[in-house]
Amino acid sequence: MLRKTTVLAAFGLALAFMGVSAHAETERPLRQVSWLFKGPFGTFAKDQGQIQRGYKVYHDVCATCHSMNLMTFGDMAGKGGPFYDPKYPNPNDNPKVKALAAEYKVADIDHDTGDATTRPATTADRFKAPFANEYAARAANGGALPPDMSLLAKAREGGPAYIYSLVTSYENAPPGVTVPAGKYYNPYFAGGLIGMPPPLRDDAVTFDDGTKATKDQEAKDVSAFLAWAAEPHQDERKQMGFSVMIYLLIFAGLLYASYKRIWRNVGH
Amino acid sequence: MSGHSTYEPKTGFTRWLDSRLPIVRLAWDSFVDFPTPKNLNYWWTFGGILAMCLGIQIVTGVVLAMHYVASGDGAFNSVEHIMRDVNYGWLIRFVHANGASMFFLAVYIHMLRGLYYGSYKAPREILWILGCVIYLLMMATGFLGYVLPWGQMSYAGAVVITSLMGALPVVGKSITTWLWGGGAVGAPTLNRFFSLHYLLPFMIAGVVVLHIWALHVPGNNNPAGVEVKSKKDTIPFHPYYTVKDGFAMVCFLILFAVFVFYMPDSLGHVDNYMPANPLQTPAHIVPEWYFLPFYAILRAVPDKLTGVLCMFGSIGLLFALPWLDTSKVKSMRYRPSARLYFLIFILVCIGLGFCGANEPDQKLISGVSGFQLLDYNLNSFVWLSRLLTTYYFVYFVVITPLLGLTEKTLPVPESISTPVLSGAAALPKGASAQAEKKG
Amino acid sequence: MANTVVDTNPHEDDPNRRDFIHIAAATAAVGAVGSIVWPLVNQMNPSADVLALASIEFDLSKVMPGMQVVVPWQGKPVFVRYRTPAEIAKAVADDNAPMKDPAPDASRHKDGKPQWLILVGVCTHLGCVPNFALGEYGGWLCPCHGSQYDTSGRIRKGPAPLNLEVPKWDFLSDTKVKIG
Repeated sequence: MLRKTTVLAAFGLALAFMGVSAHAETERPLRQVSWLFKGPFGTFAKDQGQIQRGYKVYHDVCATCHSMNLMTFGDMAGKGGPFYDPKYPNPNDNPKVKALAAEYKVADIDHDTGDATTRPATTADRFKAPFANEYAARAANGGALPPDMSLLAKAREGGPAYIYSLVTSYENAPPGVTVPAGKYYNPYFAGGLIGMPPPLRDDAVTFDDGTKATKDQEAKDVSAFLAWAAEPHQDERKQMGFSVMIYLLIFAGLLYASYKRIWRNVGH
Repeated sequence: MSGHSTYEPKTGFTRWLDSRLPIVRLAWDSFVDFPTPKNLNYWWTFGGILAMCLGIQIVTGVVLAMHYVASGDGAFNSVEHIMRDVNYGWLIRFVHANGASMFFLAVYIHMLRGLYYGSYKAPREILWILGCVIYLLMMATGFLGYVLPWGQMSYAGAVVITSLMGALPVVGKSITTWLWGGGAVGAPTLNRFFSLHYLLPFMIAGVVVLHIWALHVPGNNNPAGVEVKSKKDTIPFHPYYTVKDGFAMVCFLILFAVFVFYMPDSLGHVDNYMPANPLQTPAHIVPEWYFLPFYAILRAVPDKLTGVLCMFGSIGLLFALPWLDTSKVKSMRYRPSARLYFLIFILVCIGLGFCGANEPDQKLISGVSGFQLLDYNLNSFVWLSRLLTTYYFVYFVVITPLLGLTEKTLPVPESISTPVLSGAAALPKGASAQAEKKG
Repeated sequence: MANTVVDTNPHEDDPNRRDFIHIAAATAAVGAVGSIVWPLVNQMNPSADVLALASIEFDLSKVMPGMQVVVPWQGKPVFVRYRTPAEIAKAVADDNAPMKDPAPDASRHKDGKPQWLILVGVCTHLGCVPNFALGEYGGWLCPCHGSQYDTSGRIRKGPAPLNLEVPKWDFLSDTKVKIG
């Protein structure tokens, strides 16, 4: 009995330590938001309006410097996405994302002359990057590269909470820290000196659904949108998880009963 | 070892097949009618669980390979293509990634079971060695697989492990260049790693076949560590252990499902969601959790070559275990002193894992300033790693051999059936419990 | 039973008896295997990015009368042919002629616009791309095994079993069509 409990305790300890990773560069705890998509039963579908507003913030503010190269316009009309409409199960028929796509021009080749030309984007096209390549991006941003946002929420410890905290916490540098020209002080950024100027302010965008566009609201919404963009199938994953857990628990119960029945007369 | 086969083909077809290729007979003798000790506990279910894990990894891996692109430019995006565009691609990817962790969790439990119950001792030495070979192949496969997404941590891992070869005198640099296919880890490295990652699991499967064969010659060990004496000690593998293994597998799948569906990225590292950048290394490089103890051992030793030798030596030592252990008693159930040192060993392994996850010079106990001892402050993870590494080696090289010669053991039962009869229930009328003799 | 002995009453307690619970557990196992097989099979079906390219739009003003333009669609060539009145008349006249895969010309174009013929340019025999305006019937001639199609894309001579496929297509405007 002692041996079993000690090994189980050791295993439990191991599990606890697995959560220990290199600590964050800065020690300030992240600003917490109660997101509707967090937790085993949270989904983005619960507040589709939030990720729609988040897309607006990305489109109007962030896309000036940040690419999102892995996202297509059609993806946004998939299940769980900001523009999902049950009337259009095929995201390529969704009129809203078709219109959003058509606002952009993408490179094309004229089949008659062979010259480079442009055509309006379709749902199959990826989001258009603001800069042609990394060098152009760095040149326009004082040598710093604005990271691509497709996976940003998964590439940072804390995900959407980190993005929300970062974007709402520009401060004056503490005494003793000099901020060089072109940099800004942010307690959440590794090293404290970030190349991005404070991106959000009250009414930087106008939300289509009439929600008041405070800086805080914009920050929450864009963080939610980026959390969705990093893994568009999250909702489906959790929903499938629920069915799978129930099935496995029942299955385990049946197997246990079967096991007990088979073994009932064996002394062991 | 079961003696005469009891398989009797009943139909014309099965008789025809049996006389040409007795494969059904082999399956019957190995997995249906195989006499298995009746006292096996749940620690014995992990062999079957491991076979299931290997199957899951191969199936999901082959499917992922239908969509994965092993080029430096395409790898990272192809993984995201799988996550976003491929039907159920996200599910298959998360099962494969978390499946690797589950595979290692199961193999560590399986190995610890072997250590505790003396399953490596005669006549099962080859079984144990084959198991160590499987473990090495698993580590290689896991390392190669982690490089494939070509994220920042993938790249860093490839650089660190291949650079270790540079520690070898004379041939070190040529070997690393040969491994890289260039002056540094790059696209050629990735391509060959993909090829090897696809190959190795099938070699694992082959060694698993040998492992099961080597098991079936003497038969399973059991918690009492006492060999099977008569038919009274065993029961047929089917249905008793098929249903028990099945139940254990489903319980294991419940844990697996919690990771896949609710915390699929928790065992990974956020930096691996950034594409590999050869010009910028992440601030804190860590391998996957199942390599952390070895990472700690590697970093505990200041000299590069000695560190590499200690790291590989810590695994190599396992191969020698059947000959390092001098104890006449197999199972630690009857070896109370050995149990204590074993418990400390487990805590040491977990502690080494903890050390591997942290930076070497980080303070162990915050707020305590400590003092400089040789190259590092005493209040640092390096010195803890050194302490724990010392115990790890001392456990195998000093404690295990000495303990067998000096320890006081509890009386070992005469047979598997004996402790049952002297325990509760299932006593036929008129029988009496046999006196336990000192083992 | 087997080559071991278990302390049981052999008549009642044969562990191999088909109790309901064992059937239930086995059924659950079969269900689990089935639900695992589906994603593994479905992942080979076209992925979302492939499906996004399932439709294309084409500007008809690019096609001269009597000519065809070949448009790539889903990895296959599509013939967009601007038929002359003579070609249309020839096709209609043959509506009742004996052929392997009978179909009236009216069923192969949109109402009121017989001049526009859009067909998948893949020979229904073994998949080669037929050549424009060659062959006795003025439609297409497949160079691989000699299948001949008429000006409505119907198979008239040669080994191909079916007419050239008419894909799903629609007018978006007088000069623009959506294929697929």
